[in-house]
Amino acid sequence: MTTTSESRVPKLRVEDLEVTFDVGRGRKLHAVDGVSFHVDEGETLGLVGESGSGKSTTGMAVLRLAEPTSGRVYLGDTEVTGLRSRQLRPLRKRMQIVFQDPYSSLDPSMTIGQQLDEPLKVHTSLSKAERRARVDEALDTVKLSRRYTSRYPNEFSGGQRQRIAIARAMILDPELVVCDEPVSALDVSTQSQIVNLLLGIQEQSRTSFLFIAHDLAVVRLVSARTAVMYLGQLVETGPSARVYDAPAHPYTAALNSAIPIPDPDRQRTRDRIVLGGDQPSPLTPPSGCRFRTRCPFAMEVCAEEAPPQYPIDGGGYAACHLHTHGPQLRGASVLPLIHGDHLTTPLVSR
Amino acid sequence: MTSRPELQAEVLQPTGTLPDEVEAPANASTFLRRFRRNKVGVIALGVLVFLILVAVFAPWISPHEPNQGELSRALEGPSGEYWFGTDDLGRDVLSRLIHASRVSLLAAALATGVALLIGLPLGLISGYFGGWIDNVIMRFNDALMSFPALILAVVIVGLLGPSLTNAMLAIGIVYAPRIMRVVRGSALSVREEVYVLSAKATGCGAPRIIGRHVLPNILSPLVVQTTIMLGLAILSEAGLSFLGLGVQPPTASWGSILGRAFPYMSRTPTTVIVAGVTISVAVLAFNLLGDAFRDSLGRERRDQ
Repeated sequence: MTTTSESRVPKLRVEDLEVTFDVGRGRKLHAVDGVSFHVDEGETLGLVGESGSGKSTTGMAVLRLAEPTSGRVYLGDTEVTGLRSRQLRPLRKRMQIVFQDPYSSLDPSMTIGQQLDEPLKVHTSLSKAERRARVDEALDTVKLSRRYTSRYPNEFSGGQRQRIAIARAMILDPELVVCDEPVSALDVSTQSQIVNLLLGIQEQSRTSFLFIAHDLAVVRLVSARTAVMYLGQLVETGPSARVYDAPAHPYTAALNSAIPIPDPDRQRTRDRIVLGGDQPSPLTPPSGCRFRTRCPFAMEVCAEEAPPQYPIDGGGYAACHLHTHGPQLRGASVLPLIHGDHLTTPLVSR
Repeated sequence: MTSRPELQAEVLQPTGTLPDEVEAPANASTFLRRFRRNKVGVIALGVLVFLILVAVFAPWISPHEPNQGELSRALEGPSGEYWFGTDDLGRDVLSRLIHASRVSLLAAALATGVALLIGLPLGLISGYFGGWIDNVIMRFNDALMSFPALILAVVIVGLLGPSLTNAMLAIGIVYAPRIMRVVRGSALSVREEVYVLSAKATGCGAPRIIGRHVLPNILSPLVVQTTIMLGLAILSEAGLSFLGLGVQPPTASWGSILGRAFPYMSRTPTTVIVAGVTISVAVLAFNLLGDAFRDSLGRERRDQ
């Protein structure tokens, strides 16, 4: 699971994806604005960002559940974008999604057995007995009793429902599963069960995962690589360990410092970067670098030019002028800068 | 550091398997439990079951032949032999009412069936697809709804010729927009549900999504509307038959009995009263049953 990609063909390739919503009176909301990334076979890419960063829309657009305005999405060799809805349907066998809220993602009028059977009915020509066996197998995978097939969703707890949703997504052995904040709606003890379950599935299958979350601790646990989104754009990508331990973008550093440390003494004395203000409206994004309005290191150039993706030591990219202008980090972590004393503005709250 | 009382908490280890859940009540039994507590609903259901039984066993329970009378005994009041008196041809009113319940109930079912047949698919298509299809269907719907129901039915019967089947067809067409509205509205809200998106993500086509995911989840409002419509159809059938546009003699429906007895109301009011009360009770029972269904279905089976 933590194997880094070597020379494999990416399972999912997203190029310059844009999703624009018409919000009336000719105004357009750029929910996703020029996002490119890839996920290798059997790899899990974590996609993080605060609410409204466009991470969920990205996941939906990859599956064409939200319509991309421009850009390309490839699943293996197949281009997902540009397919007509009729051509798209057979492809759905190869890509699946687990939604955030297991209370609304299961049809209340169908038994668990029927919900798990549905993908098999739609995509395979298996006999009733064969499908039944696959349903039982799927329930085993998510560690639920086979006796549950005749029950309705309202008889289950949140965690159990999410297991059922995962079983439904995995039953056709898809190549890609988008997990759209699959644990955020669950309480913490249930979260760990679902995370453990996902880790087990990752080990056993060749499925690639796009794991969307705002909880960085969870993402760090499940994903080999992490991509960070802010206001519809990717600000940093890279191997998870590098992104968390040596962030190369100030926004990533700020997000990291929001992860609670499970040690009260360390938590109390740690350096925390507190961002001022709110995320600007995606209707009127700031010029140049979109993070500049909240960035403690904002320079003149940040308002003028959008920063290019700069290769970072230890893998990945960050879109920040700090690497080429000002302190000229040249691919190094921003952390020394944050903890340094040469700052004119107070940046770290102790 | 101030010293704090030591917290003792057992750390719960997340485990792979979960204990089996306590057997939770299924949807159907929740509905039954709620319905049984609704006294008005239970009584309404009892009345309707009684009426249906009367209709089914009409030939066996009616004391006289419904279409044969003694002219010499026309327009009599209630007596030991003729409980509800006789009509203008000397026929037994009770026997005619009993036989008429077959016609009236069947006619109501036919009209409601026609309304469902037209309204349900169009409402589902309109609500699920939206856009221009919705616009076209709904404008047509608005046009149909802008006519007073009974007038429109009279026009349709006028075009097709008076008969019970035509009358019920007319009433079905007239009431189809009501079904369509309810279905469309519910389908509109259901199509935004995540489980519909999930079905799309699974690769289900529109017919499957509509049939397997949308329809079952709009059943509660549909059942309520259908029940109330059955009462409404009885009323409309009675109206049309009263005017002579529905069932044709010698067959009787509650409405035609009422209509036939109306000119003699000052002499023998019994017939008018009995027929009127029967119609009212049946309509009221359907309406109250519809209300009871709505209350018992309650929170739309989305209890968490």
